[in-house]
Amino acid sequence: MLGFLKHPVVVTADINLNVVALTAMGLLSRLWQLSYPRAVVFDEVYYGQYISFYMKRIFFLDGSGPPFGHMLLALGGYLGGFDGNFLWNRIGAEYSSNVPVWSLRLLPALTGALSVPMAYQILSELGFSHCAAMGAALLMLIENALITQSRLMLLESVLIFFNLLAVLSYLKFSNSQKQRPFSPSWWFWLTLTGVACSCAVGVKYVGVFTYLLVLAVAGVHAWHLIGDRSLSNVSVLCHLLARAAALLVVPAAMYLLFFYVHLSLVYRSGPHDQIMSSAFQASLEGGLARITQGQPLEVAYGSQVTLKNVFGKPVPCWLHSHQSTYPMIYENGRGSSHQQQVTCYPFKDVNNWWIVKDPGRHQLVVSNPPRPVRHGDVVQLVHGMTTRFLNTHDVAAPLSPHSQEVSCYVDYNVSMPSQNLWRLDIVNRDSDAGVWKTILSEVRLVHVNTSAVLKLSGAHLPDWGFRQLEVVGEKLSRGYHESTVWNVEEHRYGKSQEQEEREVELHSPTQMDVHRNLSFLARFLELQWRMLTAKSDGSEHKYSSSPLDWVTLDTSIAYWLHPRTSAQIHLLGNVVIWASASLATAVYTLLFFWYLLRRRRKICDLPEDSWLRWVLAGALCAGGWAVNYVPFFLMEKTLFLYHYLPALTFQILLLPVVLQHISDHLCRTQLLRSLFSALLVAWYSCACHVFNTLRPLTYGDKSLSPSELKALRWKDSWDILIRKYQ
Amino acid sequence: MLCATSRLLAARTATALPAQPRGRGPGARCRRRELHFPGHPELDLDDFLTGRLARPSVPVGRRAILRRGRMPPAVGGGPARSELRPRRGRCGPQTARVVGPDETAKPAARSRKRPGWGSRHFEAAGRWALLALVTLLSFATRFHRLDEPPHVCWDETHFGKMGSYYINRTFFFDVHPPLGKMLIGLAGYLSGYDGTFLFQKPGDKYEHHNYMGMRGFCAFLGSLLVPFAYLIVLELSNSLPAALLTAALLTFDTGCLTLSQYILLDPILMFFIMAAMLSMVKHNSCANRPFSAPWWFWLSLTGINLAGALGVKFVGLFIILQVGWNTISDLWHLFGDLSLSVVTVGKHLTARILCLIVLPLTLYTATYAVHFMVLNKSGPGDGFFSSAFQARLSGNNLHNASIPEHLAYGSVITVKNLRMAIGYLHSHRHLYPEGIGARQQQVTTYLHKDYNNLWIIKKHNTNADPLDPSLPVEFVRHGDIIRLEHKETSRNLHSHYHEAPLTRKHYQVTGYGINGTGDSNDFWRIEVVNRKFGNRIKVLRSRIRLIHLVTGCVLGSSGKVLPKWGWEQLEVTCTPYLKETLNSIWNVEDHINPKLPNISLDVLQPSFPEVLLESHMVMIRGNNGLKPKDNEFTSKPWHWPVNYQGLRFSGINDTDFRVYLLGNPVVWWLNLLSIALYLLLGSIIAVAVQRGAHLPAEVEGLSQVLLRGGGQLLLGWILHYFPFFLMGRILYFHHYFPAMLFSSMLTGILWDTLLRLWAWSLASSSLARGLYVVGNLSLLLGTAYSFYLFHPLAYGMVGPLAQDPRSPMAGLRWLESWDF
Repeated sequence: MLGFLKHPVVVTADINLNVVALTAMGLLSRLWQLSYPRAVVFDEVYYGQYISFYMKRIFFLDGSGPPFGHMLLALGGYLGGFDGNFLWNRIGAEYSSNVPVWSLRLLPALTGALSVPMAYQILSELGFSHCAAMGAALLMLIENALITQSRLMLLESVLIFFNLLAVLSYLKFSNSQKQRPFSPSWWFWLTLTGVACSCAVGVKYVGVFTYLLVLAVAGVHAWHLIGDRSLSNVSVLCHLLARAAALLVVPAAMYLLFFYVHLSLVYRSGPHDQIMSSAFQASLEGGLARITQGQPLEVAYGSQVTLKNVFGKPVPCWLHSHQSTYPMIYENGRGSSHQQQVTCYPFKDVNNWWIVKDPGRHQLVVSNPPRPVRHGDVVQLVHGMTTRFLNTHDVAAPLSPHSQEVSCYVDYNVSMPSQNLWRLDIVNRDSDAGVWKTILSEVRLVHVNTSAVLKLSGAHLPDWGFRQLEVVGEKLSRGYHESTVWNVEEHRYGKSQEQEEREVELHSPTQMDVHRNLSFLARFLELQWRMLTAKSDGSEHKYSSSPLDWVTLDTSIAYWLHPRTSAQIHLLGNVVIWASASLATAVYTLLFFWYLLRRRRKICDLPEDSWLRWVLAGALCAGGWAVNYVPFFLMEKTLFLYHYLPALTFQILLLPVVLQHISDHLCRTQLLRSLFSALLVAWYSCACHVFNTLRPLTYGDKSLSPSELKALRWKDSWDILIRKYQ
Repeated sequence: MLCATSRLLAARTATALPAQPRGRGPGARCRRRELHFPGHPELDLDDFLTGRLARPSVPVGRRAILRRGRMPPAVGGGPARSELRPRRGRCGPQTARVVGPDETAKPAARSRKRPGWGSRHFEAAGRWALLALVTLLSFATRFHRLDEPPHVCWDETHFGKMGSYYINRTFFFDVHPPLGKMLIGLAGYLSGYDGTFLFQKPGDKYEHHNYMGMRGFCAFLGSLLVPFAYLIVLELSNSLPAALLTAALLTFDTGCLTLSQYILLDPILMFFIMAAMLSMVKHNSCANRPFSAPWWFWLSLTGINLAGALGVKFVGLFIILQVGWNTISDLWHLFGDLSLSVVTVGKHLTARILCLIVLPLTLYTATYAVHFMVLNKSGPGDGFFSSAFQARLSGNNLHNASIPEHLAYGSVITVKNLRMAIGYLHSHRHLYPEGIGARQQQVTTYLHKDYNNLWIIKKHNTNADPLDPSLPVEFVRHGDIIRLEHKETSRNLHSHYHEAPLTRKHYQVTGYGINGTGDSNDFWRIEVVNRKFGNRIKVLRSRIRLIHLVTGCVLGSSGKVLPKWGWEQLEVTCTPYLKETLNSIWNVEDHINPKLPNISLDVLQPSFPEVLLESHMVMIRGNNGLKPKDNEFTSKPWHWPVNYQGLRFSGINDTDFRVYLLGNPVVWWLNLLSIALYLLLGSIIAVAVQRGAHLPAEVEGLSQVLLRGGGQLLLGWILHYFPFFLMGRILYFHHYFPAMLFSSMLTGILWDTLLRLWAWSLASSSLARGLYVVGNLSLLLGTAYSFYLFHPLAYGMVGPLAQDPRSPMAGLRWLESWDF
């Protein structure tokens, strides 16, 4: 039992001093004067708002990416003791003393610094020489754009970190696959791959492309595994299951976890509530929940309700009516029924209240016990303040002439009978006898006479309609569309028989008590859906660029300018590295196809293992570049130079691969090899020189004179800011 | 039951006698070679009819071993043996096949129909007869009640109208390439339609106008889809039942039927897609005789059809991708074949480039040449194109016009935005409404020609009339500071630091001043893109930018439609972003200056490549411009394969003649199921092969067909379906039909294979044979019966809607989203 006492406790430490040195240099380059400038730099203005929301626990919706990245930034704020009180209103605003700038910027800087040793590790795991690995790390170290992006409260460096981590851990995993499958380290790296992938996706959606790449490589490897006859069927199955669990199940679970944490962190209502459904809003603290708390759940005959459109585009709004009537003749000469207008109104108003009435009875109050309204029932809707009935008829709607006008019926005795019966169609009913529930039920109101459906057309009425939104009866009910679906948001049982009393009642807030909540999954699905469909207005930006500009670095972004001097931070890449990385990609592609075609003719220039290494490096690095770059051509959003950085990182990794290949396989004599090495040294010092020249724009620490700045404007398209009067 | 069935079949074969396929066209010749090629299984008609599972695809020696290993002696006379026979028959003399060793095991009915003199001619005749039957049925269904309804249905209003434009030779603009509409126009012209019908809106009666020619043409091409699909499946699977099943699925699909019966681009597009697929498949089967006449014939025919597909709609690109993929993998195999020299491979490559790239491109360009040659009169499409382009069209005011070439002070001009479909810089006597910037005169862009588009170009610092004959002519030069005065209202083009009405980040542009006197906010610097300072400015050819002097912003149009107060013209703004985009580049179109000599505009006429490029840019923009609105019902790609919702071709109410484009649900859901089954079966087989499992010969042959032939079709389905998920433009149900053709063919192959596999796994031969025949027959009859149920959708129905129990369609509304 005590056998272990017989032997001394030995710890063998195996420290690669290169990695240590690289880490130190990375930290130095990224953390140096991190809290300078103490002012809002570029997109910090944007991420900062979300950090503040996290600090104040206020719900928000950001369509640009999943919440994990925002949460990481907020973690920095939390550790630094940020209270969220800062108005993120413009770029260049000085931070007040309560903003812990250093700790807010720390996390992106750390991830940026760690990317440097990771580049080293990736190349050595790919089987390339120590020199090549050092080269890759050193290039990452002096890439100006990566440094700039890491030193600020931005997410690109975090994304790059997780991308690299995913690739690195997959490589570690696949290398240990050969020796010791199912060992602890095998499991560790496999799981880490999945975790890193999900983190990358969690930071930004574009992380999904790296995830897909890793999945594809894993898929190919698994396919070879299936073909491996030396393994038994059971062990193949175990291998496949392990991969499926780690690369599919774990990321999915992690992704859900991000949202779970996010939703439990931001539980208070806030400025973005309106975009969400009533049910979601009711699950937040404050806001709608304060109003709807204690409402009766089941809508009964005599209920007073407000009806919100589920689609809510262009703006969320409630079914509304008011004293005004449709104009007799529209501007274009068409006529209307001249009955009372029915619109959709984006603000809370007493005129949004409607009373659900049983067509067979006269009273407008809830009987005791309440008779709930069920799916398929025919109801009338009475406008609370004017006591007119919701009606539609075969008259063209004001702005959508193909649909029917919806009005509150006014009897003009012009042989236009009232048609005010609506059949209730609960879309998300459990059974055909489902009860109409407040907030939870999504209903369609189908007109009994014409089978038209009550719909929000999305058009704004002109002045006579007070610029409210048009509501129509859609005759051609071509299937389900959310703009025809409504839900009850506010609800109470009507008690007043008389109109005056009822008006008073309508003005008073609702009260009663039933508690309900949405499940996490429902909230997740809704939030995710709204995030994906939230349209960012494709507004142009001064520094926006097209993907074609990126490869040649034909664009730049001014991040920050000192309020007085011309010290500035400018997103600019190291030109030498960008050019040679693009060149390396081209060379790799050409060489790859050359070898491939020759191998097809059974001429093998490379030994088998070196060919496999070459292919794997290309698949991960050139492939990583392609998957992180090409999809941008299809995206319709506003694009910036920094979107290219993840692709660039992979390209930088490819550079030493190609160089080593040229030196090993294409330089045939020792002399050539030495010559090539000398060239490399010259080239690298050139890159260092460029880094040093652009350094003032990267760190923004030094104010340059206008002539110096002009001298730095190597390309006409670089918008370096030059103060005219200094 | 089994007996009866085979007797029935026997009776049928008595008329269509089985024989080897021989001598039908150029394709058959290369097929004959193929018979000695072990990789290509063949199936005879008689073997199919007797339920013999012919799937010989492995060398004879190996098969013998397999047979011993696989078949227990008890069932020695079963499928495996009959499986062997046709192969032997085909390789040896014909007579060897006639007397099979298990002749006695056959049902009595069968001996009757095996004629001792069974010659190839009869087998060929049988195949021909089947093909003729399939074609005939297809034509019969497509041409039945073709003239109904005698009014314009759905998109006929567009494509019929465009056909008329060709007959009238007036220029128009459409987002699709011209070939399809040209063919429609040609069909109309040949059938005596005179182009006078207006095609204004769906529901318009044709009355005396001859529309049957155009419908007939589309129906003719639509009918050919079925025999094409039949031949493709036959070629890929070598199984008559599979081909027949495919043909039945397509013949009895109400959707394909409806879509083929009207004046639309889709039948033409699908015709070219299927023809390209067929010729590609035929070409593949000629692979063992490269550079022979049929090889060249099918290769170039593929190219021609590709050009046709792309020339009808841009989605023809997908079949090009498919053929491209096939060609690359083909070349890859040839390249890896070390018995071929590099020169031979080079020849192969050159042949492909010639026939699949050069030839289609030439033809495609040629269609445009014809298009521009035919349409030489000014028409509704003029405004979409650049000024130089319009000069080509007779009737356009730029045609044969002569105007001064260089811009001078005092000239009256119109200024057109270079971005297509934005129009001319325009102003009118209406002010911006209260609350929208400064209450000054509106400046907009307008697509139509109008007096309010005229502007006078003046010097910024003098108000002297430059047209005074005593003054010398002074040309406007690049970099000059100018003022633009609106001719009708004498107000200056003006901008200031107020936000624009719609694009909030830009500045408002107004008309300001009285009789030309304004302030310094009226000064603009005129610049020519890519020119040096001091150059003169040319009419039409110079691309100019107007830069506001005070704010430094650039005059542009955002392309957004102003509300009612702006007469739904487009917004003009001054954008502070100096990037060169087409929105902020203009050219001078009309130019009036009596003091300058006029030059003829003919010198400006763009060359054909320029015209080609421009029309493509315009089409692509037009396509991108077709965006769905938020609050509209739109068809989503996921709706399509599930047949979620149809399209109304004609009629709404119960008194109307209603035609509803909806796939036959039985066919479509079977297709959907088949894709899932195919993926399942395909991956099982692929994994089994990868694990090194030894498949029995029969299964191996079947799996080859399934993976290769089925894979081609699956690829076709994927290519014609999934790209729609990425498209931002508005989508319709009928976009799915090319994909549906592929999935039906896949269904044919899949079920044939499944039934064969199932039959093969059964021990008893008669049971297997019966199962196979019954399975195929029930699939055929099932689709036919469902067509009988749903045919009113396509042929039209009058009377109560389906929810009414009196309607003939009552009870057939299986999904609530179908509204017929």
